[in-house]
This record gives sequence, structure tokens and C-alpha cells, in this order.
Amino acid sequence: MATQAVRLFRKLDGLFAVYKPQGVHWKLVRDTVETNLLKAVNSFSPPAPQCMVQFQVLPSGETSNSTNLTVTASKLPTLSDHHLVAGPQFNNICVGVGHRLDAFSSGVLVLGLGNGNTALDSLYRSHVSRDYILEGEFGMATNDFTHTGRIIERSTYEHITQDKLEHVLAMIQGANQKALIMYSQVDLHTQEAYELAVKGMLHPQYKSPPILTGLRCLHFQLPHFTLEVQCVNETQKYLRKLLHEVGLELRSTAVCNKVRRTRDGPFKIEDALTHRNWTADAIIPSVTYFHRTTQKIRKNDRKAVNQLDGMAEAQDQIGNRTTHVEPGTHQKAGSQNLASEALMDSKQ
Amino acid sequence: MYLCRRCVGFLHARLMPVKAQNWGNLGYVLPLAKLCYLKQPTLRGFPQGYQNLSQRKKEMGQSCGIRCLADQQATPHRQTSDIFEQKKDSNDITTFKNSNLHHIASTQVSFPACETFIDLDAVPCPSPFEEISEQDAIQITVPPGLPPVTFTLRDYVDKSETLQKLVQLGVNLFKLEQRRNVGSMLVRLDFQGDVSPRLFFLKDLGVEDTQLGPLLSKNPFILTESLENLQGRVSYLKSKKFSSEAVAAMVSKAPYLLNFSVERMDNRLGFFQQQLGLSAQKTRDVVTRLPRLLCGSIEPVKENLKVCELQFGFRKNEIQHIVSKVPKVLTANKRKLTQVFDFVHNTMGVPHSLIAKFPQVLNAKFIRIKERHLFLDYLGRAHYEPAHPNYISLQRLVSLPDDVFCTEVALVSLKDFERFQKTL
Repeated sequence: MATQAVRLFRKLDGLFAVYKPQGVHWKLVRDTVETNLLKAVNSFSPPAPQCMVQFQVLPSGETSNSTNLTVTASKLPTLSDHHLVAGPQFNNICVGVGHRLDAFSSGVLVLGLGNGNTALDSLYRSHVSRDYILEGEFGMATNDFTHTGRIIERSTYEHITQDKLEHVLAMIQGANQKALIMYSQVDLHTQEAYELAVKGMLHPQYKSPPILTGLRCLHFQLPHFTLEVQCVNETQKYLRKLLHEVGLELRSTAVCNKVRRTRDGPFKIEDALTHRNWTADAIIPSVTYFHRTTQKIRKNDRKAVNQLDGMAEAQDQIGNRTTHVEPGTHQKAGSQNLASEALMDSKQ
Repeated sequence: MYLCRRCVGFLHARLMPVKAQNWGNLGYVLPLAKLCYLKQPTLRGFPQGYQNLSQRKKEMGQSCGIRCLADQQATPHRQTSDIFEQKKDSNDITTFKNSNLHHIASTQVSFPACETFIDLDAVPCPSPFEEISEQDAIQITVPPGLPPVTFTLRDYVDKSETLQKLVQLGVNLFKLEQRRNVGSMLVRLDFQGDVSPRLFFLKDLGVEDTQLGPLLSKNPFILTESLENLQGRVSYLKSKKFSSEAVAAMVSKAPYLLNFSVERMDNRLGFFQQQLGLSAQKTRDVVTRLPRLLCGSIEPVKENLKVCELQFGFRKNEIQHIVSKVPKVLTANKRKLTQVFDFVHNTMGVPHSLIAKFPQVLNAKFIRIKERHLFLDYLGRAHYEPAHPNYISLQRLVSLPDDVFCTEVALVSLKDFERFQKTL
């Protein structure tokens, strides 16, 4: 029979999101959540001690000489299963962390519990995009692109206008759009590619450098400015460097004041738990709330894997046919073959 | 107690064949004994192998990373081997008797050769219906099922009175056994001789019953400290005019206090009185509230005092006030202290005098102060100077729980505060 503690432990299975404050390492967040959950699970009263049959040699009768000993069986509780001896019932809970956030950044951090960690893998295999809000300041450059770093350069910024900034942002977005098409490996002259692009479903197929899929200026008031970014495969350092480069493009310099992630795939900032709520009481409702999402992530991943299989086979066939029929397109077919081989590799 | 003879099982296994021979004369041999005997694989390499046995066991323990609870194994081994030397002749006779097939093998004087060829079929097995006389039945000793080497106290707890009593007191054996050497120390203790006098001593001091378990979980070494020493340290503290309640509270708050020598404690007390320039009564107060000060190293305390004086720029009397109000500042992490002070003084613009008035701020969590200040700043209520009409004291800023803070200080709902936290 499952005890109360075991029932609670089984509920801790799935994905949920927390809001990581600035200046805290993600490992600390993970450990805090884990210790809080363990505390809750182990706080239930321990199960009743098991009894063990023990044979005791007791003197029979009133005279206790050695010949009159009798062995009596008695049921005594054993101490070896006592919670002070055997330790707490649960010693660890699998808590996995999604796309990382470094100590300087804050925002939505997805955590997986128990079997939910597999869904976490599926989530990041599907190349979900993430939203960030970056706050920057013109006028100086530091060694680590943050406002707390060592200042290595100061510059003027009065010449910058919002038009100029938006011009630069458009340029960066254009370059990234091009990179996205290149890494998504679809032929641009097909109906399929058109449909994907219309839906905004283009995403890089394999590993790729960070790609920005959306970039706009939210707020501009010299020397401060705020950008909203959607991107895939990014790191927070890359985003800070992006601000630095924006500054350089504008014939000035810029540092980053704040990196805040407002969305990670389907996990939005509204549903993230603040650090006051990193307890079992708040986490379990959150996990059940995201149960649907988790299921969907798993299903999509399975579908994608199947599709990839199908595509690889189809491409193999096409590649073979083209090499047989048209020697002129040899090179193209070769590249397709390479692509399908890479596919196979990635599957293995 | 079983545990004092915890190699008995081991010895039994070795001596069984000898006994078996005796019983063989009587008409039955315990097959168990043979099995036990054959189970010792290290015996195969006799004699060199056997001499190295204890050493090898030790190496095994080390290489597997298993803490060896039975660490004085070497001596019993030697004894066993001595007994073996004596009984060797009789053993040879046994094997001759038991297996007539292997004359040639057993003519070698070496023992293991015979041992390896013993087949169990040749051993006359007693029928379960055979009657045993009372005398023989008493002589059959079942070896206690205690492993000679283990990495947990669970195996011993049912057999050892000391461990049982400690568990009933509420001592967390699971935590203790993870510390080095503590497991074997506890196993060696005798409840009547070692444990109970010290428990009575602690109880006489005035330590509460519920505190004994946690105290021993923190500091099991108090059970090995001699009573005179403990008595001497307590009388030293009393000679320094600590009241008996204060001593009891100190001992339960800082379990290691009584394990330190009188000179060391004197040294610490002198240091605090001198460095802080406090009166004797105030020093006693500080030490009673944070007895950890007497246990730990002085260096970090010195450093913290220097940080307060030079880096923060507090005056001497301000430091005295802070320390007498919140002694924990002395043992706090220097980096965290600096972070908090930097934020409170430079970002929130609170002057030194106000911080000295509410030193709890220095003890609070940085993230808490930061979030609350930024929220109040956002609402336009961040006024920390007492003359201001909407004055918010630092005490209320840091010590109230989140919901009370929101309703009483910030005058908004908790939801709004959370929404604000998510924009940081």
C-alpha cells in the first residue's frame, strides 16, 4: 500500500517553470527546489516499525539453571528500519534544468521532475524559441558586456536617434533571417517552405549558432533602451554581446543592464513561480497545470522523430534516383546524400 | 555485549571444522560448519595467502571506499591464525577420517590441499529426527549474524544496547555514521559505563530532555570526553559568572562548547572583551546569545570587525551596539555582509547611524532587501529617514513576512508584489 509520502512523491513528475531572480546561480535554484521537495516528502510520519521474530533464551520456572532454559519466540519491533537509523525515506528527487540562465540574467527557468526530464529533452529537441527583454545603456563598454563589469571604454551617444537604432536592428534581423533559412535546410522554392515561412515555423534543423528570429525596440530614451528578442540556440552572453554590437554599429558603445527571459517555449512568465513559492504546496498545482503541455511536447517530439525518419528515407531514394538518371545534378544529389547521412548520424 | 566480540562470528567459522571433528566422533557433524569453512575463499592460498589476509582485508576496505567499522581486525586475525597453528594436526586427522579417497592429497602437510578436496557427501549428515541430548544442544552455538565489516550502523543497531538507547533518545545515527570514525566510536561505547554518566551530567547541567538527541547528533564526541574535563569546563564557565541556565542554554546551542579546553575558552572570552571593549556583563550576554563564538576560530571574527571598522566606516561605539544587538554579524560571511551594506548604504541611501540603530538589516537576506526596496521605490514609498511622514523603519522592511509586508508596509496586494518580482 502506498503511504502518503509515496503518493506525494509520485505526484512530483512533470514540468514546471520558476522565475529565477538575478544574481542567483541556476544550480542554487535547482538545489533549493530539490531540498524543499524532499523536506515536504519526508515530513510525513514514518511507517510503523517492522516486527521481527526473535528467539530469546529465557529461564523457565523459578530456578534459572542452565538445563532449564527454553527458547521462546517473541515478536519485537526492529530498530534497523527506524528513520533515525536508516535515514529519510527519500534521499533524492530528480530535478532537471531546461535551457540555462546564467547568474546575471533572470527570468523563466523550466525545471523537470522525475520522468518529466525526458519531456525536457523533447522540448529542446524541437527547437523552441525563447523571448528575452534586454535593457541596455549607451555610453560605455565593459569587459563582460554587463554594467557591473570593468569599464574599458567610454563614448558619446547624443547622436543616436531611435530611427538609427531601428535601422541597425533591421539590418541585424535581416542577416539572421538569412542564416535561419540556411540552417533550416529547406529549399526556398517549394510550397512547403512557403507554408512553413508563413506560419513562422522555420527553425534550424540541427545544431546552429544563435539565431534571432525577432528583434524590436520597445523603449528608447537616451542613454537607456530596451529590446525585445526572440531567438533559438542562444546563450545569455551572446545576447549581451548583441547589445555591445548594436552600440558599435551606432558609432558608440553599449552595456547590458538586464537580461530577462519572458518565455521559454510554451512556458510563460505568468505561470512561473517566484522564489517565495518554491515549495511542494505551490509546485504540485503548477506541475498539474503544465501536465497538458508536457503531454503535447512528448507527442510532438514523437511525431517529429517519425517525420525525420520518413524524410531521410525519401531523400535517400531521391538521391539514388538522381545519381542514376542525371549525372549533371551529381553535386546536388551528393549534398543531399550528405544531409541524409547526417540525419542518420544524429538519430544514432 | 555482542559487539565487543564482533569477530566472534569470524572465529566461529574458523573453528567449526575442529568442533565438527569432535561432533563427528559423537555421530554427527553440522553441515553448516563445513559450509562456513569452505566459504572462506582466501584460505586457498595458504600459507602465504593467509598471512596476508588481514592486510588484504584492509586494502580491500580502503580501495572500495568502505568505512571499516571493525578497524581493529588485525589482532583477532592473528589470534585465529595462532589457534590454527595449534589445531593443525587435529585437522589433518579430521580430513583423513572424513574422506578416505584423498589419502595422497592429504599426505601433504599443507592444509588447504585437504580442504579443497573435502566433499560434502562424505560428511555424515545428522537426520532431523535424531535426538540430541540437552548437553549437546546447549553446546551448539549459533554465531551472531553480525558482519565484521560494514558501512552502516543498521546491522548493529538491533544487537547493541548503546545504539538502541541512543536511537530512543533521538540521536540521528544516519547522520552520524556518515562522519569519519564516528560509527566505530559509537559501536565501541558501553551504555552503562560511558554513555549514561555523561547523560546524567548533561541533565544535571540543565539541558532539556528534548535537546539531548539533537545535541548528541551534532557532537557525539562528548561521549568520549572524560567527566572531570567536562566538570572543569563547566565550573570555569560558572566562575566567569555565567548563570547555570545560561550554561545549559549555551551547551545546547553550541554542542561542541564543552569539548574545548579551559585555556581556549579563556582565550576567546578575553579576546571578545578586549576587542569589542564591552563590559563583562555585556560580553556574557553576547556569548550567551551566540555561544558558537567560543567554539570557532577567531580569525574570521577579527576580519569581520576590521571590515566593519575600515570598509564600512562604523565608529567604535556603533560596532559595540551592533554586536551586542546582533552578535551573528561577527560570524557572518564577509562577502555577504559587504553586499548587504553596500546596497543599504549606497543604493538605499541609509546613513551609518540608522544602520547601527537597526542592525538586523545586516543579518537579512540580500535578495529580500533588494526586492522590497525596489518595490517600495517603484511605489514611491521608499522613505527611510525617521523625520519623513511616510517613514518605513528598516526593521519593518526586513523582518516582516511577505504577506504582512505587502498589506502593512507597501499597502498593496501580494499578487502585485509577485508581478513586480517578475519584472526584476
